[in-house]
Amino acid sequence: MTRAQVLDLYFMDARCKLIEIAAYLDRLDRATGEADFRAQAFRDALRHLASDGAGRAAEVLRSLSDPTDQPVDKAPGKGAVGAWPG
Amino acid sequence: MRYIEPHGHMVSRTTDDYLDMVTAGCAAVCEPAFWAGFDRGTASGFRDYFAQLTEHEPKRAARYGLPHFCWLCINPKESEDVGLARDVIATIPEFLSRPTVLGIGEIGLNKNSKNELRVLEMHVDLAARHDQLILVHTPHLEDKLKGTRLILDVLRADSRIKPGRVLIDHVEEHTVRAVLDRGHWAGMTLYPISKCTPARAVDILDVNGTERLWMNSACDWGESVPLAVPRTALEMRRRGWSASAIDRVVYQNPVRFLSQCPNFRLPADA
Repeated sequence: MTRAQVLDLYFMDARCKLIEIAAYLDRLDRATGEADFRAQAFRDALRHLASDGAGRAAEVLRSLSDPTDQPVDKAPGKGAVGAWPG
Repeated sequence: MRYIEPHGHMVSRTTDDYLDMVTAGCAAVCEPAFWAGFDRGTASGFRDYFAQLTEHEPKRAARYGLPHFCWLCINPKESEDVGLARDVIATIPEFLSRPTVLGIGEIGLNKNSKNELRVLEMHVDLAARHDQLILVHTPHLEDKLKGTRLILDVLRADSRIKPGRVLIDHVEEHTVRAVLDRGHWAGMTLYPISKCTPARAVDILDVNGTERLWMNSACDWGESVPLAVPRTALEMRRRGWSASAIDRVVYQNPVRFLSQCPNFRLPADA
């Protein structure tokens, strides 16, 4: 695909999501309460968006992932929350 | 257009979904054993579930002219209880000779615990002893990268396992290359929020090619879209993919992998 074709297909959708993220960050700033590892992980992942070159999606996913390599002793429930608590 | 839905938890869906899928061109659906949303308490509960997958659900799908196949296991979400898992795994061989069973799946990891790993090894051993195909679930979200690596290590450690007879599902941009580089097949799951969107799935195909890759909706009792595969085929069309290239991904690739199981047969006019 040409850049123009990609823009024609995806620019408005990406623009929408970009504004959603900005609004989410504003919403989070207005909210009260304790700091949360998910909010920090999100801000850390945002840095990859501004990087040059391919592989931004993979880098965002990696930055939100558990980086350890050993199995845990016991499953802490069943669900996942989208970011590694550390 | 024709397509295979290689991963749909149809016991959780309505007959309307069967109607829509067949209308959209679905030529076969494959249903891995799954977590019910609550923990089943006994091996006999699983026996009933395996009977549902191998007896009842194929009849329900047949009313819409849709061939239905299944995979059997105890899901990783229920693998923390190793004793129960051992009892359930012991019941599986009596179902393996049923005519619509494709293999062992979806096995794998959920929270990457030691007990989950032990049960995964038991499943892999079961598949090896009975020469079964394997369908692997990789963990969700933050647990996926680590879980995928642990799963790949378990598979490599068992010399009886042929990589081309294993499909590792729910890959994303950060895991797909490792799966393909080990010689396995990889599945992309199309979900509204987690896993892959249609656009990202087509990106993964653009970057990695179409060899040993398939797409599925993994529709179940949660937020999921039974028509996600044909909708992604539409995304491919919007991006200029030819009809034959789309057919290779949504139909021929699943047929190639699944045909390694002699039970996977489609009507001649599919």
